[in-house]
Amino acid sequence: MDDLVLEVKNLTSWYRVTDDRGRRHDKTVLRDVSFTLRRGEILGLVGESGTGKTTLVKNVLGLVKTNMGEIIHYTKRPQMIFQDPYSSLNPAYTVGWILEEPLRIYGKYDAAERRRRVEEIAEKVGLPAECLARKPNGLSGGQRQRVSIGVALIQKPRLIIADEPVSALDVTIQRQILELMRSVRDELGISFLFISHDLNVVYQLCDRVMVMKDGRIVEENTVPELFEHPREPYTRELLSAAD
Amino acid sequence: MKKNTFLRVGLVLTALVVGFIALGLVWTPYAPNAMDFSRLLPPSLAHPMGTDKFGRDILSRVMVGAGDTLLIALGTVVIGTVVGTLVGALTGWYGGWVDELLMRLNDALASFPSILILLVLVSLLGGGQEHMMLALGIVFIPSYARIVRSEFARARTQNYVRMAELMGASTARILFVHILPNIWHTLLSAITIGFNNAVLAEAAMSYLSIGVSPDEASLGYMLSESQSILGSAPWYALGTGLIIVLLILGVSLIGEGLQRGEN
Repeated sequence: MDDLVLEVKNLTSWYRVTDDRGRRHDKTVLRDVSFTLRRGEILGLVGESGTGKTTLVKNVLGLVKTNMGEIIHYTKRPQMIFQDPYSSLNPAYTVGWILEEPLRIYGKYDAAERRRRVEEIAEKVGLPAECLARKPNGLSGGQRQRVSIGVALIQKPRLIIADEPVSALDVTIQRQILELMRSVRDELGISFLFISHDLNVVYQLCDRVMVMKDGRIVEENTVPELFEHPREPYTRELLSAAD
Repeated sequence: MKKNTFLRVGLVLTALVVGFIALGLVWTPYAPNAMDFSRLLPPSLAHPMGTDKFGRDILSRVMVGAGDTLLIALGTVVIGTVVGTLVGALTGWYGGWVDELLMRLNDALASFPSILILLVLVSLLGGGQEHMMLALGIVFIPSYARIVRSEFARARTQNYVRMAELMGASTARILFVHILPNIWHTLLSAITIGFNNAVLAEAAMSYLSIGVSPDEASLGYMLSESQSILGSAPWYALGTGLIIVLLILGVSLIGEGLQRGEN
């Protein structure tokens, strides 16, 4: 299976919590989660808030390490797009600086080359050139999310994890950002793990979708199949709520 | 540019005082330690701030003394800010036992009255400008560390920090390139307040004659001298106090202006 980018096997994860009596115990958030993600695929992950979607992301990125099971990355350095474009960009710097930062850290290009790549990426994600000199708070929500995508893309990842990337945006802007992500996938063959509570958005973008409830994946199928013939009652519930 | 009266007045005032001090480095109307028989003269054209009980020109002494005070205050702030920022950044970022250890040390340092610590340090190190700076700097570390720590602890959970981690940035780069500029405005107002406290603390130390030596004409020492002759020569205290007030007022206004400009 050389076209896999990510494989998760029997992942169980928990948090250590302290109750009001000061006693510590473990709260299991993910239970026996398994899935694979193929090259160039957009895999949706849906479920109500509090079902463990974000915990799964944190595990995949290595930000949470209290887990059992296997997470196998077939690619280097997955990138992430956050829900809130207002807190994910460093407010102290200009957009140009933020886009250039991964290249500075990488340290293999001179200033002129970095500049060229930044301009190239800005164009690819549809960011007007004058935005590069502005700080994030001088940008609209949609533009900020374009910057986030740019920061991810400039590192040439093969996997991008997007945690509710459009839920803070209004519908017109949502559609533009979804189109951008789709074109990124089509042109560059990047895989996406796309987390959302919004089934309409998942329907527009994803190839395959997993439904999560109480830390388990209760149903998984291709988007047309799942939307036409949902098997689980919980999936039907979600679908009827989305109409 | 937004109109920022506080900042402007503060900058002008500070520039005037610093200019006055800078002038004192190269030229004073009289040699600051030159004595003659014109003792305790009230302000006149020849001696704009009068003379002290040894007949020394107060204006000349203030020019030189304010330089000493400014130098000590700056040194104090630099030591306090640099060490405090390092301690605060590490404790705020790492949390856990690093936090416990350093912050308990910090608490221990902060729980003694600062004047007591200063007395101990100065008696251990000896007097003189550089020791004053060091002693005051150490006393100032806890307050900076505390401010910086809470800012770093807050920044740690921000998504832009997650982004930097995903870029593969080193911890040092995240702390000082990604986070530090975001807490700069908080730090800056702490620096301006700290600077003023340092000026006052230096004056207080010299006033208690545990700071710089008498021939080093520090403002605090001059104030303490002026106290005994306040009735007969009030201009001594006025001239000296005026410079302290102007210096502190100027820096305070800059701090205030910066804070308002931020909002």
